[in-house]
Amino acid sequence: MQAEFSAALLDPAAPHPADILICGGADPAHRFGIYRNNVIVALIDALADSYPVVGSLVGEAFFRAMAREFCRQHPPRSPVMAEYGGDFAAFIDGFPPAGSLPYLGDVARLEWQRVVSWHAADAVSLTAEDIFHLVDDPVALMRTRWEFDTSLALVTSPFAIVSLWAAHQKESAEAIDGALTDIDWGQPESALVLRQGLEVMIMRLTPAEAIFITELRAGCTLAEAVLAAQGASPRFDLTLTFALLLRSGALLEYSIAD
Amino acid sequence: MMASPAGHLPTRAGIGLKPEHFRDIIDTTPDIGFFEIHAENYMVAGGPFHHYLELIRPRYPLSIHGVGLSIGGEDDLDAAHLDRLALLLARYQPESFSEHLAWSSHGGAYYSDLLPVPYTAATLHRVCAHIDQVQTRLRRTILLENPATYVEFASSTLAETEFLDEVIRRTGCGLLLDVNNVYVSCVNHGRDPLATLHAMPLSAVRQIHLAGFAEAMDDIGSRLLIDSHGAPVADPVWELYAVALALTGAQPTLLERDNDIPPLSVLLAEASLAEQRLRQRCAVSPAPTFARAA
Repeated sequence: MQAEFSAALLDPAAPHPADILICGGADPAHRFGIYRNNVIVALIDALADSYPVVGSLVGEAFFRAMAREFCRQHPPRSPVMAEYGGDFAAFIDGFPPAGSLPYLGDVARLEWQRVVSWHAADAVSLTAEDIFHLVDDPVALMRTRWEFDTSLALVTSPFAIVSLWAAHQKESAEAIDGALTDIDWGQPESALVLRQGLEVMIMRLTPAEAIFITELRAGCTLAEAVLAAQGASPRFDLTLTFALLLRSGALLEYSIAD
Repeated sequence: MMASPAGHLPTRAGIGLKPEHFRDIIDTTPDIGFFEIHAENYMVAGGPFHHYLELIRPRYPLSIHGVGLSIGGEDDLDAAHLDRLALLLARYQPESFSEHLAWSSHGGAYYSDLLPVPYTAATLHRVCAHIDQVQTRLRRTILLENPATYVEFASSTLAETEFLDEVIRRTGCGLLLDVNNVYVSCVNHGRDPLATLHAMPLSAVRQIHLAGFAEAMDDIGSRLLIDSHGAPVADPVWELYAVALALTGAQPTLLERDNDIPPLSVLLAEASLAEQRLRQRCAVSPAPTFARAA
């Protein structure tokens, strides 16, 4: 019975389960439709909560129609709804009606990372005091490897995803429209996503900063990461970037390579 | 506050803990009997949900209410989900854990809704096996909530009240009596709410839920109620609640509101209406004991 019932929940063309009985003569299909509606609305609402900027970029009606398609094809695989919708960006990439907004999928990737960072494990970050002694020992400092907070992630795109996201944090529709007109959305951008205390921050990184953090996260030493970053841009500023990571609580531990 | 035996919710009114109200609760420490959370919302590694619950939990009794175990499911229980649940319960040590007589998962997909089961011998066997498994894994007695339903099944051979009575008899679980669900289901299926309430296994009631419904209409123009949790408790549900209290004695009572969530003060005011009825009940007489229906 539940195979038949669940298949019909997500397929409006499927007949309602034959076993359904309504006393008093009401239409079983109408009653079954309540479950159909409850399910799809709950799933779409969950996506709308996770992807407010995608919703704002395409408008509510388009968003809900797109989300409905996604939910029917990809129902949740777990009752933990915080985990639902991680593959929405890939779906958007392949959703022809959204083809005129090539950045939409990457904006979704950024919003999803925001959700993931929001719920990431708590940890105690290093402070300036913890690493003060390293400043006096530049040789050791350059041999350090670093462990990052689990809420930290980079999202890199050929489009101006951070600017698009930031524009939608403004208070009024007029302010958002104003900010959007100034954006060259074809500009590549990288985002640093990180939970700081109870808030998730999204910051724009230069390409060199993104390379630096990517290398460090891959287990490279500070010297190796600096070299890679300088390869991308000779103007890479180690002090500034490192201070940003430290100040934002991105670093949990370090070790000194032999 | 009323004293409560260790390990039990107080016989007071409680409300759902909503993220919108976290700060307000910490700042004002409102006088409320208990808070309730939905287990699945807290099955995340860290962040604000755990931060605030860790602050609020020591100050209030806690009820954890599961919505995703799919106890009525034809599939085996999701062992990973049961493990997550055991971890959550170990961390927050709630005074009560409850789940639903419903299914929500099938074939690996989760439908985010409480779906109805036919009341048959096969369902009974499966539900009891699932509850046994849950109670064994969690090492505690759970409460099972009667559902709000929009359809019934031709294959059903038992009344819902008979089915619940049998589940309770076989598994030893308690009944979470959702008075709004009794009313909603009775209206939707043309039954008498009062008679249905009387037929419930009332001696097993350990907690009561109250909520608001939405009014819709059937295709034939008759009244159809949706268990929306998005409105104040309706008058006929308050009346049914008063009868329920007369039959079961004072019970911990949750005011559920999961949609269109108003300010904390509005929920507290509604909870105080339940507390008035609880106090009236306490002042009248101790709970009568009821022989279980044969």
